[in-house]
Amino acid sequence: MKSKNRSPYHYIRFDILSMLTSKDLFQKAEQQATRYSYADAVCKLGETHPEVVVLDADVSKSIKTSEFAKRFPGRSFNFGIAEQNMMAAAAGMATTGLIPFATTYAVFASMRALDQVRNSIHYPKLNVKIAASHSGLTPGPDGVTHQGQEDLSILRAIPNSTIIAPADPTATHLAVKAAADYLGPVYLSFTRDPVPVIFNPDYPFQIGKAVTLRDGSDVTIIAIRDLVVQALIAAEHLVKKGISTRVIDCHTLKPLDQRAVLKAARETGAVVTAENNIFYGGLGSAVAELLIENHPVPMQRIGIRDTFAESGPYLDLLEKYGLSAAHIIKAVKKVVSRKAILKNRKVSK
Amino acid sequence: MSKFNVPMTIEELKRMAGVIRCDIIEMICTAGAGHPGGSLSAADIVTALYFRVMRIDPKKPAWPDRDRFILSKGHACPVWYAALAERGYFKKSHLATLRRMNSILQGHPDMLKTPGIDMTAGSLGHGLSAGLGMALSGKINQKDFHVWVVIGDGESQEGSIWEAAMAGAKWKLDNLTAICDRNNLQNDDRVDNVMPMGDLAGKWRSFGWNVKEIDGHDMESVVKTLEGARNSKGTPTMVIANTTKGKGVSYMENIPEWHGKAPCLKEAEEALEEIRRCSCEI
Repeated sequence: MKSKNRSPYHYIRFDILSMLTSKDLFQKAEQQATRYSYADAVCKLGETHPEVVVLDADVSKSIKTSEFAKRFPGRSFNFGIAEQNMMAAAAGMATTGLIPFATTYAVFASMRALDQVRNSIHYPKLNVKIAASHSGLTPGPDGVTHQGQEDLSILRAIPNSTIIAPADPTATHLAVKAAADYLGPVYLSFTRDPVPVIFNPDYPFQIGKAVTLRDGSDVTIIAIRDLVVQALIAAEHLVKKGISTRVIDCHTLKPLDQRAVLKAARETGAVVTAENNIFYGGLGSAVAELLIENHPVPMQRIGIRDTFAESGPYLDLLEKYGLSAAHIIKAVKKVVSRKAILKNRKVSK
Repeated sequence: MSKFNVPMTIEELKRMAGVIRCDIIEMICTAGAGHPGGSLSAADIVTALYFRVMRIDPKKPAWPDRDRFILSKGHACPVWYAALAERGYFKKSHLATLRRMNSILQGHPDMLKTPGIDMTAGSLGHGLSAGLGMALSGKINQKDFHVWVVIGDGESQEGSIWEAAMAGAKWKLDNLTAICDRNNLQNDDRVDNVMPMGDLAGKWRSFGWNVKEIDGHDMESVVKTLEGARNSKGTPTMVIANTTKGKGVSYMENIPEWHGKAPCLKEAEEALEEIRRCSCEI
């Protein structure tokens, strides 16, 4: 029996907790696109880290790194629509001790300039931070060419990569600072569309250390970036149906927090992963690879099935392409029933 | 390591270029694989840089104020490795380990494995951008080092080369000099047959660079042009160095097949004999 005074939630803002089952969470909650949180955070870094420089590729007004350019004109470089040159130049800058934040959209960072990102940044382990906005289906109305739905999977396949996808503006500020203080390449993934500010200021951020946002014993939802809030919504509904649901914010996709994932698998015996990313090679794959070799449990993956999406409002796309809280709830119910079947088999033996 | 004084005279540089050409042949023959043609075409340029033009200290390969060198046409790394070994960055015995397991000398340059390599290279079209980044850093930090990047004429088919061309002019990077080793051949065939590059000098001029066109095997002209490039103000410099692929080994010269083929022992001996004979005539 859990104490009535003790909330199972950690680091979640009170106003968000009170809205989790309300249909208008996305209308009422304080929100910001994490691309803007990144721009704010990198401006702050400009004051404390003289070696930080910001590289843009003609989307500085979209991401608002144009603010950094105004405040630190000598440390801001707009490369024009030439992402390949920007990435390799960032590598060259890093060899001299600067900390370049190469800023563009996820599709361009992870695909247009992938050869530079692999060979000139990750192979020599250079201290470049790749700041990628417009991840997953968050640039809803822009359509497929601007929806960075494969970047997490692509970057994960590259040795020496560190991949961070913060869930909200609070986490974004901490992630950007942590990336600057980390020596080596870091890929940071941000949203185009606004996401609710879900975390309290005491939210602990450490690269590679997943954060348990809700305790639970029947099942664990491991979520990343903008699907963390969907996981929280799902958990609140599930708890009302008697399914004690743990929620983990796996903000660092790589290196994966193996300890947290294995602990969750051992303690809850069922896992659902949730990512606004193609479901090959991303969070679901990372968790499945770990569990299959160490502690297999019933598992379901929420992610973009093998398809391109389309233009549309962000939240409607989450619904249509199987990424919303409702889909997570279905996946949890499935995985919990699989767990029960397994348990019954063991008992009958 | 041979004993010598730097900066070298033109005559000494010519002889050193011969030594480096011999190293290239021996390395690639020993490895049984590699790219002799483009290594030999760049040999005079790289020799001039390492033994006369560049401000470097082999005892301090990470010296922050050193000039930077990038061989963007990374497949020609035998010429880079030979120059670094002869200059004293590492023991010459490493040259025999090229492309072998556990070697510090990878098939394409790896800055984490080889002392003196300022930038990993091999995927074409990256090095000029990386050099541009280094040159920008020099400007930001008010350092007076110069950045030297050797690219190929075939490599210039990569779009990113022209992205860097625009950016170099935009930021007036007079601390950046690119040298195009224009040997007119690439992997498949003659550059003109694969994808003609036309008036390269005119192209770079129209992008706003200070362009010089020279004979890339005339040591006096190479040295004079590179030393002049260091003193250019307001724009980056592009030196179009007209060269011969396979230069110094008659049976390799201008033959596309020698882009990426190792000589057998007999062929190597013939090549070494010819290079040494020419060096004696200097």
